[in-house]
Amino acid sequence: MSFWRMPLDAEEQGVTVGEVHIIAYRCKGCRYCIEFCPNNVLAESEEFNEKGYHPPYAAKDGKCVNCNFCETICPEFAIFVTEGKPGNLQPADVLHDVKPGRRLQRKRRYGE
Amino acid sequence: MKNIFIDAPPLTPDQAKLGRSKGYGDHPLDKYLKEGRIPHIWCSGCGIGIVLTAFIKALEKSGADPDKTVVVSGIGCSARSAGYLNLDTYHTTHGRAIPFATGVKLANPELNVVVISGDGDLFAIGGNHIIHAARRNIDLSIICVNNFTYGMTGGQGGPTTPVGAISTTTPYGASEYPFNLVYMAAAAGASYVARWTVLHTRELRDAMIDSMSKPGFSFIEAISPCPTAHARRNKLGSGLDIMRYYKEKSYLADELDRDETALGLADKIAIGKFVDVEKPTYLDMYNSHVADRAAQAAKKKKKKKK
Ligand SMILES: Cc1ncc(C[n+]2csc(CCOP(=O)(O)OP(=O)(O)O)c2C)c(N)n1
Ligand code: SF4
Ligand code: SF4
Ligand code: SF4
Ligand SMILES: [Mg+2]
Repeated sequence: MSFWRMPLDAEEQGVTVGEVHIIAYRCKGCRYCIEFCPNNVLAESEEFNEKGYHPPYAAKDGKCVNCNFCETICPEFAIFVTEGKPGNLQPADVLHDVKPGRRLQRKRRYGE
Repeated sequence: MKNIFIDAPPLTPDQAKLGRSKGYGDHPLDKYLKEGRIPHIWCSGCGIGIVLTAFIKALEKSGADPDKTVVVSGIGCSARSAGYLNLDTYHTTHGRAIPFATGVKLANPELNVVVISGDGDLFAIGGNHIIHAARRNIDLSIICVNNFTYGMTGGQGGPTTPVGAISTTTPYGASEYPFNLVYMAAAAGASYVARWTVLHTRELRDAMIDSMSKPGFSFIEAISPCPTAHARRNKLGSGLDIMRYYKEKSYLADELDRDETALGLADKIAIGKFVDVEKPTYLDMYNSHVADRAAQAAKKKKKKKK
């Protein structure tokens, strides 16, 4: 997910983070999870599993938002997601670097 | 981020003899699956596994009591779903899921009775049963996996095969008009009718929740890819290609128009909830029209005798 600008309360707001668990030996390589993950977290691994398919792996660090779609679309019960420790928005999540407003500048300079 | 890969040791010969499954319990939904029956036999990219996952999630989310839920199926790839579920399930003969389910429901109306089966099973050999169960408004939830073919037996043409589709029995393309399943279920009297593709897995799950809580006959058509028997012959590509096609060509329809909801080969797909009405069920009607009147008549007779 990308934000237009850094929200003013970004430091106080936790961002949901999911941890992706992959049961690689069950995967049949349909790629549904990879294609339909809204955050493009998953990618195909180079390794083969015992069935001869390439299971997915979580390629993007900390980008899973625990939407659960991969778990729901997988026909093989081969992937599931649990809730991880909430993170914070990073500058890379923001499309535009907007200068902080006066209120925020004041807050940063003088504290509350 | 650390990648969490779950691996399991291979089964020992003793475990294999006991019918254990490798790594059973590794997935949180495994508790709804029978150990020893998974992994399932469905092909890579087959959509039936998505329907099964949606059903398990619906069962979990709806709060329905798994001990009071019965799943019945006929014969076919789709119909194997019942056998994988760790519930009270029954895998009937080909086409007879609905008569069996009707018996279960009428014998014990407290049970939540669900039928999961294929288009061929429910609308070809079992076609008569489904229209009459819908007509009677028997309180069942029917989940029909429509993959436009008889997948299990290698891809023959059936009552849902679109005009022009190649199958083993229609090598020059099907020439018969297919059934429009949602239109047919609605016309036969169903209280709830919806159609989703397996890409719309959340909507599918929610429709299943609705259908289980709905008194009366509910029908859900789940459009599902069969890469092996249907897509390959019709050059529709892999399962993923079909899912992309669902994404591109499906649209929400707000009314059940006969022509709008008809399905062609690789054509547009109207999806949505088409019918959701309140209507006395078969048992309600039987009780008010037969049981109550019979009881009154019996009382009268008794009085006369005195
Ligand atoms: C009485 C009888 N006739 C024919 C068959 C062969 N048969 C097995 S499955 C099947 C068709 C299943 O098609 P469908 O219900 O669409 O399931 P799918 O495999 O496509 O999921 C047929 C004709 C049978 N098992 N029993
Ligand atoms: S939970 Fe959602 S965001 Fe996370 S990997 Fe799965 S599909 Fe992607
Ligand atoms: S959806 Fe499941 S079977 Fe398909 S590639 Fe992803 S993990 Fe493998
Ligand atoms: S033949 Fe078709 S319906 Fe049967 S498991 Fe394979 S893909 Fe699924
Ligand atoms: Mg079929």
